[in-house]
Amino acid sequence: MNTIEVNNLTKKFGKFTAVDKVSFTVKQGEIFGFLGANGAGKSTTIRMLIGILEPTFGDALVGGFSIKNEPDLVKKNIGYMSQKFSLYNDLTVAENIRFFAGVYGLDGKKYEERKKWVLKVANLEHMENVITGSLPGGIKQRLALGTAVIHEPKIVFLDEPTSGVDPISRRNFWDLINELSEGGTTILVTTHYLDEAEFCNDIILINAGKLIAQGNAKALKSNYIKNPILEIESERVVDSLEILEKEKWVGETSIFGNYIHVILNDNKINEGNIIHLLTEENGIKVQRVEKIIPTLEDVFIHLIEKDSKKNVQ
Amino acid sequence: MKTILQFIIKELLQVKRDKKMLAVIFMAPILQLIFLGYAANMDVNVIHTTILDQDKTSISRDLIKQFEQSGYFKIDYYVNNYEEVTELLNEGKTLVAVVIPKDFEKKINRRETAPIQTLFEGSDGNKASIALGYIQGVTTKFSQGIVTEVKDKLGIKISLSGSLTPEVRVWYNPEMKTRNYMVPGILGLILMISTISLMSMAIVREREIGTLEQLIVTPLKPYQLLLGKLIPFTLIGFVVLVIVMVIMTQWFGIVVRGNKLFLLFTALLFVLSNLGLGLFISTVSKTQQQAMMASVFAIMMPMIYLSGFAFPIENMPSVVQYITYLIPLRYFITILRGIVLKGIGFSSLWFETIILFGMGITILIFSALRFSKRIE
Ligand SMILES: Nc1ncnc2c1ncn2[C@@H]1O[C@H](COP(=O)(O)OP(=O)(O)OP(=O)(O)O)[C@@H](O)[C@H]1O
Ligand SMILES: [Mg+2]
Repeated sequence: MNTIEVNNLTKKFGKFTAVDKVSFTVKQGEIFGFLGANGAGKSTTIRMLIGILEPTFGDALVGGFSIKNEPDLVKKNIGYMSQKFSLYNDLTVAENIRFFAGVYGLDGKKYEERKKWVLKVANLEHMENVITGSLPGGIKQRLALGTAVIHEPKIVFLDEPTSGVDPISRRNFWDLINELSEGGTTILVTTHYLDEAEFCNDIILINAGKLIAQGNAKALKSNYIKNPILEIESERVVDSLEILEKEKWVGETSIFGNYIHVILNDNKINEGNIIHLLTEENGIKVQRVEKIIPTLEDVFIHLIEKDSKKNVQ
Repeated sequence: MKTILQFIIKELLQVKRDKKMLAVIFMAPILQLIFLGYAANMDVNVIHTTILDQDKTSISRDLIKQFEQSGYFKIDYYVNNYEEVTELLNEGKTLVAVVIPKDFEKKINRRETAPIQTLFEGSDGNKASIALGYIQGVTTKFSQGIVTEVKDKLGIKISLSGSLTPEVRVWYNPEMKTRNYMVPGILGLILMISTISLMSMAIVREREIGTLEQLIVTPLKPYQLLLGKLIPFTLIGFVVLVIVMVIMTQWFGIVVRGNKLFLLFTALLFVLSNLGLGLFISTVSKTQQQAMMASVFAIMMPMIYLSGFAFPIENMPSVVQYITYLIPLRYFITILRGIVLKGIGFSSLWFETIILFGMGITILIFSALRFSKRIE
C-alpha cells in the first residue's frame, strides 16, 4: 500500500525550477531516503508535501489526501521536523512538550502518556525542567523528533535531521527512526550522509530538481554501475589520478581519502594493467589495486556527473 | 480554545524568560514616563521683561499695568531707547522686551490696528514661545477691554477686527501646567510602543528561528495563532498601562478625572490598531532587525510627530494636518487628555472613540488577512 504518491510535482520560483516533475511512491511503514546535494530541491519537495508550499503543478497524495485540494487533512496525519531546529530554545523541555501537545489537542491521560514517551526517547527523564537551548545537539534533535510525532502521525517528514550531529548521536537518532518505522510509521527523510542512506528501505536521488535514480541501496549499486570499479592505493594520489585520466579505458575517477576509484570502460583491463601503468611507466609505487563493489557514493557521483553532462549538452 | 490558552501560556513564558524583553516592556515605560514627565515641564513662571514705552500715554500705561497684573511678567527694566533693549537681550538679562510705539493711543482712538512689538531672547525657543503665548493672552484681554469700553461709550457694535491681533496659541494655557498636558500623551505613546514592538517582533522571531514553519504544519488555524499572540500582548499592554497610570497619579499627582473604565476601554480599541500595525510589519519583515527598524521609523516616529503629542496639530501645514487624521494615536491622545484632564466621557468623545474602533478593526483585519495569506 502506498502512503505517499507523488505525481509530476513541480515548483518554480520565478523562472527558476527548484523541483522538476518529480514522481515517486512511498510504501507504508518504510523508511524512504531522499538524497541530493545542497540546493537539489529536497526541502522544497518536502515543503510541498506537507502543505507549506503550493506546487506550481503536479500533485501528491499524502495519506490518501491531495496536497493541493485537502492540505488541512494532510496536516492532520503528518509530523514534520524542519531543517532548522524547531523547538523553542527559551522554553523548558516540559514546556515545549506541553505546548506542542496542546497544539495537537492532546490532553489528560493521553498527554501524560505521550509526554513520558517523548522524555524517554530523548533520554531526558528527570530533566524536563531544563531549558531546551542548553541541551546538547544530539539530544535536542531527538527531543525535536519526539515532539514532532507526539500526536502519533502515520507519516513523518524529516528534513536533514542529523546535520551537524556527532556520529554516536546520529546512530541513536537512527535507532529512534527504526523504532518508529517498526511501529508502522512511514518516514521520509532527507540526508547528505550516504551511510545513512544504507539504512533506508528505498532511496531516491535528485539533482538540480530532477529525480535521477531510485531503488533500494542494493539495486542502485547493481543497476546503475555495470562496469567494474577498481580501488587503487598509491603513493602520489594526485599524480596517479592525472595519469589514469589520460587513458581511454578509464571512465570516471574520484578520490576517496587516500584511495582512487576508477570506473573502467573496458572489461579486459585488470589490476595488472594499472600497476604496469603507474609503477613501470611512471615510477609511482602502488600499494594495492582491488576490484570493489561500488559504494552508494560511487553510484551517486557517477549519476550526478552523467546528469550534469547531459544538462550541459 | 484550549489550544489558544496553551499558546498564551507559551507566549507569556517566553516574555518572562527574556530578560531584555522584560526590561524593554516594563522598565522602559516607567523611565520614559519619568524622564519625559520632567522634560515636559515647560511651565514658565516668571518672565523677565523689559518695557520700552515710546507712547507714554494713559493707554500705554494701562497696557503695562495689565502685564504686571497678569502674574507672569516681572518687569525688571523700563528703558528709553532700542540700544538699551538690544543690550539687555544680548546679555540675556531679559527674556522679552515689549515696545509700545509712539502712536499707540492715537491708533486705538482712531480704531485702527495698534501693533506692539515684542522682542525675544530666543535661545530657549520653548520658553520664548510660551512667553509669546502669555503676551498674546494679555493683549487679547486688553483689546477686549477696549472694545467693551468703546462699545459702552458709543452704544454701537464694533467688531474685533481693529484689535490687537490676538492669536491664541496652544501654549497659552494658564490654568493648566504643561506637564499635565503632556503626561497623558506619554501614556498613549508608551502603550503604542510596547504593543507594536511586541507584536512585530514576536512573529518575525518565530519565522527567523523556524518555529513558524513548524506551527503552520500543525492543524493550528491561522486565527488561533493570531489570537494566541494578540491576547497575551494585549494583556501585557494593559499591565504596562496600569503601571504607568499609577505612576502618573502617585508621582506626578495627575489624577484621572474621568471614568477609568472608559479609559481602559478606549485603550483596548487603540491596542487593536497597534497590534494590527505590528502584525503588518511582521508580514513585510524578514528579520527581527528589519521589524524593529520598520516599527520605529516607518510607524512609531511618524505617529509620534503627527499625533499632536509633541507639536500642536494646529501649527502644522494644512496638508500635514489632513494626514494626522489617519493617525490612531492622534485620537487616543485627544481621548486621554479629555478623560484625564477634563473628566469628559463618551458623550463628548464618541467621535474619537468610534474612529479608533473603526481604524483598529480595519487595520487588524487587513493585516490578519495578509498574514494568513502569507502563511498558507
Ligand atoms: N522561497 C524560495 N525562493 C526562491 N528560491 C528558492 C526558495 N526556496 C528555495 N529556493 C531555491 O531552490 C533550490 C532548492 O532549494 P532546497 O532548499 O529545496 O534545496 P535542498 O535540497 O533542501 O538543499 P539543502 O541541502 O541545502 O537544504 C535552491 O537553489 C534554493 O536557492
Ligand atoms: Mg534543505
